[in-house]
Amino acid sequence: MENISIDGTPKTPTVNFNSESGVLLIKGRSIPENSIDFYKPLFQWIDTYAQSAKDKTEVHMQLEYFNTSSSKCILDVFKKLEQIKKAGKDVSVIWHYEEDDEDMLEAGEDYDAIIDIDFDMVKVEEL
Amino acid sequence: MTQIQEIFDLYDTMEKKNIMLSFKGDMSSELLSSILLIIERKLDLFGESAKVKKRMFNILVECLQNLHHHIERPPEGSGEDTPSVIVMVAKNVTGYSIITGNFVLTNNADMLKERLEEINGMTKDEVKDLYKSVLANGKMSEKGGGGLGMIDIARKSGEKLEFGFIPFANGSSFFSLNVKVKQD
Repeated sequence: MENISIDGTPKTPTVNFNSESGVLLIKGRSIPENSIDFYKPLFQWIDTYAQSAKDKTEVHMQLEYFNTSSSKCILDVFKKLEQIKKAGKDVSVIWHYEEDDEDMLEAGEDYDAIIDIDFDMVKVEEL
Repeated sequence: MTQIQEIFDLYDTMEKKNIMLSFKGDMSSELLSSILLIIERKLDLFGESAKVKKRMFNILVECLQNLHHHIERPPEGSGEDTPSVIVMVAKNVTGYSIITGNFVLTNNADMLKERLEEINGMTKDEVKDLYKSVLANGKMSEKGGGGLGMIDIARKSGEKLEFGFIPFANGSSFFSLNVKVKQD
């Protein structure tokens, strides 16, 4: 299957989904007016990937900002990954946040509480 | 009153109220991006802390996107016929204010008022829990309907939301919102 490689814009994040390494990255800003338009291809990719997922899938979230319309889509990404875990594979999320950004840490903790995947909270100086 | 006087009065009011930005008109996607850029630069210029900059940016995104999605025509007879909103960002002694105004259908206004009163009656932890539960279970309406957006605005602000409605004829109300962001 094809990997996803999307460059970031002021309103949408950089996305790198690699089916060979099992490493998925979402980085930057996710504040589009219509988030579904942006996230739909990502959902479809994960659905296909789920059929032959690697034993270990690592999701790197390095978000600077996201709006509430994206928050629902990000939840849906995690829900799809949760299904891969339920199928017996190893899935983990590495949630990055800047050291002074307690709102982003809390956002990660929200997802951790809702989703049955291991979340690793990683404090960084700058994203 | 002469036109020159009106212009000066408008300038003077904005100066006295420390308005950093003011716009009235249609909230397009491009304009939304420009406003975010202007405010980001101004906050940098003020040497604002990263935490306050992020809060301001987040709240402004939600407020502007609400205006973008919920733009309604002004009521007939108000002298305007194109959809229009107002947004202002002001600096004050304790921090910042993000002020918005737009016409909403009175039916929606009642729902919105109820929602905002409910949020204002909650503690910070209750707002946080509400956000989580709406995110996890709540189906957002197509346009948001003051769902997750308003909860997020209240959560990030940490202050009570100030709001008001002015009813007009023809089932339309003017909704104004003042969101405060305190400095550390």
